[in-house]
Amino acid sequence: MELLTILLDMANAYMGAGIGAGIAAIGAGIGIGKIGGSALESMARQPESTGDIRTNMIVAAALVEGAAFFGIIVCLLVVLLK
Amino acid sequence: MHHVMDNHEIHIGPIHVPLPIILYSNETGFVGPFSSSKLHDGQNFKGFVMEHEKIFFVGEGGIISHDAEGHIDAPKPLDLSITKTVFGMFLTMGLMLFVFVTAARGYKKRAMQAPKGLQAVVEPLIVFVRDEIAKPSIGKRYEKFLPYLLTIFFFIWIGNMLGLIPFIGGFNVTGNIAVAIVLALFTFIITSVNGNKDYWKHIYNTPGVPWWLKFPIPLMFFIEFLGFISKPVVLTLRLFANITAGHIIILSFVSLIFIFNDLFGAGGGYGVSILSVGFSIFMFAIEVLVAFLQAYVFTLLSALYFGSAVEEHDHAH
Repeated sequence: MELLTILLDMANAYMGAGIGAGIAAIGAGIGIGKIGGSALESMARQPESTGDIRTNMIVAAALVEGAAFFGIIVCLLVVLLK
Repeated sequence: MHHVMDNHEIHIGPIHVPLPIILYSNETGFVGPFSSSKLHDGQNFKGFVMEHEKIFFVGEGGIISHDAEGHIDAPKPLDLSITKTVFGMFLTMGLMLFVFVTAARGYKKRAMQAPKGLQAVVEPLIVFVRDEIAKPSIGKRYEKFLPYLLTIFFFIWIGNMLGLIPFIGGFNVTGNIAVAIVLALFTFIITSVNGNKDYWKHIYNTPGVPWWLKFPIPLMFFIEFLGFISKPVVLTLRLFANITAGHIIILSFVSLIFIFNDLFGAGGGYGVSILSVGFSIFMFAIEVLVAFLQAYVFTLLSALYFGSAVEEHDHAH
C-alpha cells in the first residue's frame, strides 16, 4: 500500500519522466557513438570510400536518433499532459 | 514556451501583428476573417472568447465559467484561422515559388548558356537531390518521384530554418506535429499507391518464409504490417521531435538570461548572458546543420521507400 501511494504521487511521475529522458539520451549517445566510431575506422582503412561511408553513417545515425526521440517525446507528454 | 507553440498573432519585438481568425461553429456557421486584436485580453466578439490561444463559444454577453481544471467550460468552434504556423507555411511556399520560378525562367531564357544568378544557387542542390538521393534509391523510375522529393526537401529545409529566426520566436512550421504527420502521410500514400505486386506480396505473403509462420496464426503478416504502419509514424516523430527539441533548447538558453536577471539582479543577468550567448550561437550552428540534415534524411527515407515499392525482383530469392 505504501509503495502504491508513492507510485501514484504526481511528483514521482515528473522525476520518472526526467530520468527516462536522460536514459533515452544515453541510449542515443551510445548508439551514435558506435556508428561514428566504426565509420571513422572504416574510412581510415579505405579513404576512397569516405563519401559512401559518410552517407550511410548519417542515415544510420538518423534512424537511431529517431528511436531516442520517441522516448523523449513520451517523457515530454508525461510532463505536459499531467 | 509559447514561442514554440502556435499563436494567433506575430510578435516582432514589441510590435504585435494580429493575424486573421476564421472560425466555423455549428451555431453560427462560418465567422469570416476578423483580426485577432478583437479577441485580445478576453474580449467577447460575436460570442467568442479566447483564452491561452484557444477559442471558445459562449454567446454574446455570455458568462465564462471555468471547470475544475481551470479550462473554460464551453464548446469550441472549428478553428480555421491563419495562425502563426499557417503563416509560416505560406511564407515557405511563397519563398519556394519565387526561387524556383525565377530559376526556371532563367533556364528558359539562357537555354544553352551557363547558369547565372539564382539558377547557379539552385542547380547544385537539385542535382544533389537527384544524384545522391533519388537515383541511387529508386533506380530507373526516379523521374516520376523527383518533383515530390524535391518539394519536400526544400519545404522541410526552409521550414526548419524559418523556425530559427530570433526576435519573432520563429515560425515553428515543421516543429508542429500536425505538419510532420501530413508530410509523412503523403510519403505513405505515394508509397502505397505506387507499390507493385511484389511489394504487397512481401507484406502479406513474404516469399521464402516457412509456411507455418503464416498459416494458423499469420505471424509474418503482423510483423510486416507493424513495419508498414511504423514507417510513417517514425518519419513523423523524427522530424517533429528533432526540430521541436532544438527550438526548445535554444529558447531555454536565451531565457536563462532573463531568469538569472530576475533571481540575482542585473549583475547575474549580464554575467549569464556571456555564457548564454555563447551557448546560443553554438546551438544555432547545430540547428542550421540539423535543419539540412532532417530534410535530407526525410527525403532519403522517402526515396528508399519509393524504391522498395517499385523495385522489380528477378525472383532469384
